[in-house]
Amino acid sequence: MTQRITIDPITRLEGHGKIEIFLNEEGEVANTYFQIPELRGFERFCVGRPIEEMPLLTNRICGVCPEAHHMAAAKAADAVYHVDPPRTAKMLRELLYSAFYVTDHTTHFYALAGPDFVMGPDAPVAERNILGVIHKVGLEIGSKVIRARKYGHTVVEIIGGRKVHPCTSIPGGLTKGITEEQRLEILEMGKWAVEFAQFSLKLFSDIVLSNKAYVDLILGDIYTHRTYYIGTVDENNRVNFYDGKVSVVDPQGNRIGKYAPHEYTEWIAEHVEPWTYLKFPYLKKVGWKGFVDGKDSGVYCATPLSRLNAADGMATPRAQEEYERFYATLGGKPVHQRLATHWARLIELLYAAERWVELASDPEVAGPNFHTVPTEMPTEGVGIVEAPRGTLTHHYRTDERGIVTKANLIVGTTNNYAPISMSINKAARTLIKKGQQITEPILNMIEMAFRPYDPCFGCATHTLPGQMPLEVTIRNAQGEVVQVLKR
Amino acid sequence: MSEKPKFAMYWAASCGGCEIAVLNIDEKILDVDANFEVVFWPVAMDAKYKDLEAMEDGSILLTLFNGGIRNDENEYLAKLLRRKSKILVAFGSCACEGCVPGLANLSPAEEIITTAFHTVSTDNPNGVHPQPTYKAPEGELHIPRLLPVLKTLDQVVEVDYYMPGCPPESHQIAAVIDLVIQVLQGKAELPPKGTVIGAGISTVCDECPRKRNVKTIKSFTRIFGQPLDPELCLLEQGIPCNGIATRSGCGARCPSAGAQCIGCYGPAEGVLDYGARLITAYASVVDANEPDEIERILDGIPDLVGQFYRFNLAGSLLKAGQTAWKPNGGNGR
Repeated sequence: MTQRITIDPITRLEGHGKIEIFLNEEGEVANTYFQIPELRGFERFCVGRPIEEMPLLTNRICGVCPEAHHMAAAKAADAVYHVDPPRTAKMLRELLYSAFYVTDHTTHFYALAGPDFVMGPDAPVAERNILGVIHKVGLEIGSKVIRARKYGHTVVEIIGGRKVHPCTSIPGGLTKGITEEQRLEILEMGKWAVEFAQFSLKLFSDIVLSNKAYVDLILGDIYTHRTYYIGTVDENNRVNFYDGKVSVVDPQGNRIGKYAPHEYTEWIAEHVEPWTYLKFPYLKKVGWKGFVDGKDSGVYCATPLSRLNAADGMATPRAQEEYERFYATLGGKPVHQRLATHWARLIELLYAAERWVELASDPEVAGPNFHTVPTEMPTEGVGIVEAPRGTLTHHYRTDERGIVTKANLIVGTTNNYAPISMSINKAARTLIKKGQQITEPILNMIEMAFRPYDPCFGCATHTLPGQMPLEVTIRNAQGEVVQVLKR
Repeated sequence: MSEKPKFAMYWAASCGGCEIAVLNIDEKILDVDANFEVVFWPVAMDAKYKDLEAMEDGSILLTLFNGGIRNDENEYLAKLLRRKSKILVAFGSCACEGCVPGLANLSPAEEIITTAFHTVSTDNPNGVHPQPTYKAPEGELHIPRLLPVLKTLDQVVEVDYYMPGCPPESHQIAAVIDLVIQVLQGKAELPPKGTVIGAGISTVCDECPRKRNVKTIKSFTRIFGQPLDPELCLLEQGIPCNGIATRSGCGARCPSAGAQCIGCYGPAEGVLDYGARLITAYASVVDANEPDEIERILDGIPDLVGQFYRFNLAGSLLKAGQTAWKPNGGNGR
């Protein structure tokens, strides 16, 4: 008798998704399928549109991280026109992007992932949410979280013209600069953001790292996969979100290479399965070997944890200290335990805030030279940034008028589709035992397998945030309901 | 304690920006909580389709529905929420008029799949495509089926109000929430059914801080092609800015930031077809009388259908390109 468990839709992830768990006759997990139900078709209808509209149209892939699509598309458009934006323009874009990272990582840690740690994975469902977190750690923290989001969005609006779906990046730079007064305002908000990031790391340390049960959960085997990792690094191999080459490390932590944006097709390919609308990227040089980890499988991961694993360190001083502490505490590089991603995300939060201050401290960011007029014939270009949820690649080919003739997008979450599927599979196999009642906390522990990836299937389906319903139905081979479990 | 009226918010084929715009009303979100019982809002809380199905028809007072209708699951949820809700608002550009994803209606739905599963980085020698029903070794798997074209919410169910914008501006959302709360307290009345709420009744040009003279243009030009005067009307500088046909309400954010209006607030009050209005508006500023000269000037707009229907194709009189309607010579729908 085959049994089936359906988790539809899964909760606290950004977008639609469904998990199917099949049990064998012994009541053990036979297989799991993580399905993405949507496709909107950006790669089709971007064709025929002018390249300068890509930063505006592809924003609409994801309203949670439009800044990432805006930047990747703008960088691809620069490349299409073979134009190098002036220093002020690059600084402005990276400043916007750093402030966006503070907002985004804050939202994920406090609203989506935080509840599992702060409240505990087996806390009552009604308390396992952001309100529960605020209850436990205090209203004052809640107002800090709102402030962090607000400051980040304010910077996005000052530089990008709007809070959601920024509009100012064009081939060669931006449509506008900022004033000296705005620079100082942004700098002040950045200084507060650095304090907030340090506070968040201390909170994590007090609540999670000082609790042996949590540390054991992080270090345990359920949430561990030995895969390859990728992440963008600067010329000194330090993590960078806006620009650089993509570093690739193997499961032992050895760097097997770095690729520039235009070289991505030599490194990354995408596998197709007929039961989902999303593709499975893998390392082309290693090959697709199915949903398995290890050195012979091309499955890789692109997350905050991956970026730390793929780099040699952080480019700002406080984040570097935290980076060293991270690997010292978890037993060296690379760290394969997926739950450590939450900690890695907070280290990135601190880096983003420090970078925000660094960029806003340089008066040139408020300079008048924010655009270089493109003069070359447009051809083809690739733009890569690190979206919060993974390496984001935009690739366009155009005709001689700069009208898009081909578009290819590999977005943050898509990179992690195979590892997320594997994490769900492993957690289900570990946690569901034959003859044992499947309880709500067990289901949440299965969901915890994907939450570190902060999956955003709005993005992935060129197809959102939060807590969605959860229901598990167990059926026998005749389709009769054996057990129903609801949240 | 009397029961609070019920509130729901749902996204169909959307990007999540509408949800973020609602969260960006900051402390106002507490007013929503104080005045409503939130019964269904996947972004913010636990509730499931089954709970929704079990509710009495008409038991939800207000539903904000964002996203277009791209597949059969979106269509099912639209019909379900219509039945359960007294007031259904098409929230945001996707639900109102299709938005950017509506540009998919320029080609048959099959092409969306073919394109996505045969890109330069896709390894797909056997031409595998996603199947709505797939027999895996362990059992049957299902994913929703794409509709031939993306539809707006009111092409599927009756809509009470429209709230435009991509996304609607947060100050406009806050104002609408204030209004609904006043209605609940008996201090205000709802506008007539079918009204566009949370927006102005004139055009983006009327809100734009840029200087305007008599508009006449000898050529169109691209936004990145030359330095621009930061204070002068963009259309006067030859940039194909859509403010002239687009509904006010956003505060002219994009033109204020040096970027052309791309039309996300949809057609201005009383405009039946956005593209037709914009074409008329552009035609009136073209400074030429000879057909060849007119043609040369209009050639400066590199993508006509995108320019005129960037956000409104699905909701326009056209609804879709011919090939999307008739992918196999006439049996596409």
